[in-house]
Amino acid sequence: MTVVIDRATGKRRGEREPRPGPGRRLKNGFHKHWYAYAMIAPVAIVLAVLVLYPLAYGLYLTLTDATSLNTARTIGVNEIDATYKFIGLDNYADILWGPTAYDRFWSHVLWTVFWTAACVALHYGIGLGLALLLNQKLRGRTLYRMILVLPWAVPTFVTVFGWRFMLADGGIINSGLELLHLPTPSWLEDTFWQRFSAIMVNTWCGVPFMMVSLLGGLQSIDASLYEASEMDGAGAWQRFRYVTLPGLRSVSTTVVLLGVIWTFNQFAIIFLLFGNTAPDAQILVTWAYQLGFGQQPRDYAQSAAYGILLLSILIVFTSFYRRWLNRNEQQLAI
Amino acid sequence: MSTTTVETPAPAGEKRPAGAPGRTRRRGEQSRAASLASHAVLIVASLTALFPVAWLFFLSLGPDKDDYLHPGRIWGKMALDNYAFVLQDTNFFHWLKSTLIVGLGTTLIGVVVAASTGYAVSRMRFPGYRKLMWVLLVTQMFPIAVLIVPMYQILSDLQLIDSYLGLILVNCTTIVPYCAWLMKGYFDTIPFEIDEAGRVDGLTPFGTFARLILPLAKPGLAVAAFYSFLTAFGEVAFASTFLLSDDKYTFAVGLQTFVSEHDAQRNLMAATAVLIAIPAALFFYLVQKNLVTGLTAGGTKG
Repeated sequence: MTVVIDRATGKRRGEREPRPGPGRRLKNGFHKHWYAYAMIAPVAIVLAVLVLYPLAYGLYLTLTDATSLNTARTIGVNEIDATYKFIGLDNYADILWGPTAYDRFWSHVLWTVFWTAACVALHYGIGLGLALLLNQKLRGRTLYRMILVLPWAVPTFVTVFGWRFMLADGGIINSGLELLHLPTPSWLEDTFWQRFSAIMVNTWCGVPFMMVSLLGGLQSIDASLYEASEMDGAGAWQRFRYVTLPGLRSVSTTVVLLGVIWTFNQFAIIFLLFGNTAPDAQILVTWAYQLGFGQQPRDYAQSAAYGILLLSILIVFTSFYRRWLNRNEQQLAI
Repeated sequence: MSTTTVETPAPAGEKRPAGAPGRTRRRGEQSRAASLASHAVLIVASLTALFPVAWLFFLSLGPDKDDYLHPGRIWGKMALDNYAFVLQDTNFFHWLKSTLIVGLGTTLIGVVVAASTGYAVSRMRFPGYRKLMWVLLVTQMFPIAVLIVPMYQILSDLQLIDSYLGLILVNCTTIVPYCAWLMKGYFDTIPFEIDEAGRVDGLTPFGTFARLILPLAKPGLAVAAFYSFLTAFGEVAFASTFLLSDDKYTFAVGLQTFVSEHDAQRNLMAATAVLIAIPAALFFYLVQKNLVTGLTAGGTKG
């Protein structure tokens, strides 16, 4: 309505000062905010030099046929110049719908999605369960908490080797299963069991973070809410459903997003658990690494293209997640 | 089935008839059965958490490289020989040095560079603010696959492959944005009134930051530092790619060298793993309280 009135008087536009030109505006903005820009300058420079430039360079590499055989390199005293050439979007076409697209890309996409969903669901479910148990008045809960955080305290690359000893043929797990007259799968050789072990080890490593974060969230829920709901006759399940879960919402949205990103990008566990021996248990990240560094000749261009595709998937996912959060009027609390 | 249900006492308080005999339970207290069940679950979970690490330790005491297949034999001949060998005859201390250089270098750059940005995005709203936050978030989720190939090319052009500096710079790509986020969360918890007071007393924004906020934010800086160090310590992909010579490996790469195609010295590997894990875990326990509050500070405020 106001718009109509403004139009009717026809004054507003004329009364306003003329908008300063872009140069002037930049100068004004700079004048007003220069200290903010000065403070973010170090990070901006680091990101530009260490992230954006390599990213642009990587993007360029994906449009070429660079491999370790045709990039610039030094053999002994001879310097060999780069001979790779520009081939446009062929790498992407080859990855997405080339003759081997399903075997190499889409099957890994499916497995990566399944891996991420399964791991995050397990992390969150087990983490929440343990957090709820630790949040009650219980003797020795500090001790339990200390022990349960242990998988997070030991560096991942160390624990993965521990698991490799346990999962090996004749390792403790199979010996135990044999003792119980159960089948003894070859955990590290068979595709299905490789995937199973990968999820198991990652779950073991990832639960403590979720547990501790959710425990923090639980402790920040106002106890009077529980009292009030109990007075109103809410049962244990109702209290969980209508007090605990909403109270955890902001922590949950954050840790789930972090969990998805971390799991999707989880490199160390699969790389160290299988090395190059498990083409079908590789998720996209380790697969891209294998193309770029785990084979001869190293296929730099395709590896970089995988990287760009991976990043696109994550950005699309995060955008939708944020939009979904905004629609539900929640904020991401990172 | 029916017998079991009869025998178990009612698990939740409200199911008990109002005039039931016996002590009335206060809020937050549990019935015996529920508490037993809790303990049972927690004990199973604790054993699951403990076992792989304990097993690694146990295997590290067995002197033969195939002992992990016959753990029973270890009992008779437990010895610390593996540890002696690892400490004296391998590159263990070289790896320790590399890990410390890379870890501390990454931490230093990460924290120093990110601190002022964390403050700026916590307190100031400037054109481009949202874009910067988005860039910081997106950079954290870069799969290593995105940067590793171009980084390899660039570092080899600059002759920085197999140098600590190269690895530190590469680690900074993820550490710097993460530290900025982390510190923003911490600065958000410091009351704005302090800034206002500083401004009223005539400090510039830089002065406020350097003289008032930074000293208050020491715990936040510590969290960022711990986190950077632990991340750089455990980083595998970049370290495996950019370090070439045996004596420059970080622990994450060095540990892999015990198992090659031809030979697997698993006993030595287990001993090294324990030697790495113990200080790392101790350090983690020392800092975990701060680490956890720091990581979830933003989240729990709601």
